[in-house]
Amino acid sequence: MAQAVPAAHRRGFLSTLRIDAWWIEPLLVAASLGIFFGWLTISIFLDQWAFEIGPYISPVYEPKLFEAKGSIFISPAMVVLLGPVPFRATCYYYRRAYYRSVFLSPPACAVGDIGKTYKGESGMPLIVQNAHRFFMYVALLFIPILWYGAIKSFWNSDDTIGDTGIGIGLGSVILCLNAFLLMMYTFSCHSLRHFVGGGLDCFSCTKWTQARKRAWDWATLWNMRHRAWAWSSLVVIVFTDVYIRLVANDVISDPNTWGF
Amino acid sequence: MPTFNMRVFRGNKDGGEYREYAVEAEEGQVILDVIHTLQATQAQDLAVRWNCKAGKCGSCSAEINGKPRLMCMTRMSLFDAAAGAITVSPMKTFPLIKDLVTDVSFNYEIAKKIPAFKPRAPEADGTYRMMQEDIDRGQEFRKCIECFLCQDVCHVIRDHAENQPKFAGPRFFVRLAELDMHPLDTVDRLELARYDAGIGYCNITKCCSEVCPEEIHITDNAIIPLKERVADKYYDPIRWIGRKLKGK
Ligand code: SF4
Ligand code: SF4
Ligand code: FES
Ligand code: FES
Repeated sequence: MAQAVPAAHRRGFLSTLRIDAWWIEPLLVAASLGIFFGWLTISIFLDQWAFEIGPYISPVYEPKLFEAKGSIFISPAMVVLLGPVPFRATCYYYRRAYYRSVFLSPPACAVGDIGKTYKGESGMPLIVQNAHRFFMYVALLFIPILWYGAIKSFWNSDDTIGDTGIGIGLGSVILCLNAFLLMMYTFSCHSLRHFVGGGLDCFSCTKWTQARKRAWDWATLWNMRHRAWAWSSLVVIVFTDVYIRLVANDVISDPNTWGF
Repeated sequence: MPTFNMRVFRGNKDGGEYREYAVEAEEGQVILDVIHTLQATQAQDLAVRWNCKAGKCGSCSAEINGKPRLMCMTRMSLFDAAAGAITVSPMKTFPLIKDLVTDVSFNYEIAKKIPAFKPRAPEADGTYRMMQEDIDRGQEFRKCIECFLCQDVCHVIRDHAENQPKFAGPRFFVRLAELDMHPLDTVDRLELARYDAGIGYCNITKCCSEVCPEEIHITDNAIIPLKERVADKYYDPIRWIGRKLKGK
């Protein structure tokens, strides 16, 4: 019998002719997603380890609708599960990130993907990713809420620690940076870009569509860096949360004008 | 003049093998030049498709060290002759004809299924007018040279040939987006995008954008906007109510 000769390409999971270190990116992304989202998940339910002090409150707990209950099932931070969490989970960039690095579908370009069959987002369950726009509407509401927390951090009304009144601390600056990055992450969203003007076929037709074109131009400019906003805002919200908790639990002290 | 060790696939649909050839490259040459030198000196029957040698005809698509690229736009200076062989393979997604040449007719069959541009009635003076800002988006898409490298790299059909009848692929999402965003066009192709073209299969992992030699932002500017337009029509109850209220 004639010996079967191999074809130009092997098929199957991880098969590739690439010789560069294609696995570094998915590995780093998977590890980073695990660390940062892992911490946020813990943080949401960790209301027993102080998350606020004086003018500062961790952005994970903004808006705080009720006091900490000390239960592992219910926490004042759970409000974020309605908006910011599903917003990120269905974000076009994070989808790319976790489909590649966690679902391995595909792990990298021209590297065999994991599934025997594949339907992507064409059927249940992933078809629900189409709801991203609704989470985007909710995420827009969180922008003023986060800025409220950031601006409030310049005013200490707690007379049990330090002076009261207007002031500034490193925590206030970090909270402003956090609010700014989360705002830019939302403003650079693909669904928002579509919503403000991308859905139009004629930009020039009326005064209204011309105004929407200008909004679309801005959204496009920010959208080109969506990945950068996604990572910077994720890293900074985790950093802010950890920083405020460390200050609130007296592990480190915050340089500020109130003197606590 | 460095001598490169070229590992080139030789064979047809029944199988084949990688053969190694030592080929000299001149300063400034690209992979396609070296393949031509090889053809002229050692392997006269080597099949390779090319036309322009300028990155504009889209004929010379192949996979170089496993990455989908145009042979004529891949400089030898990217490689270190001492670092081992350079592998040149035909595209994986399409049926092999011979050596580096594949049968890309799959793409032409899809192209036939996309309804052509159909403009609205001309203005009173018999002409059409469009503003530049309305066609900028489409102009990016018209840079496409139909090299089909994006189709080749797309895992939906690369790793799952069974999806080929259900999925048009990135090149045709570019085409659908171009027509759908056109200020004069009157045909609604969103049903096609959702069903027969299977845009839902794309999981926006962006390999198409990574390999496009024309640097078209396939995912950000064509696929995601098209997904959003499909969502407007099929997955957004608020817009659905809005359309009902407007009687559309
Ligand atoms: S982004 Fe979509 S169309 Fe492009 S290669 Fe990935 S799955 Fe295919
Ligand atoms: S979109 Fe880019 S990669 Fe795809 S066929 Fe056109 S030029 Fe080639
Ligand atoms: S937030 Fe990333 S695409 Fe909407
Ligand atoms: S030969 Fe025309 S694109 Fe390479």
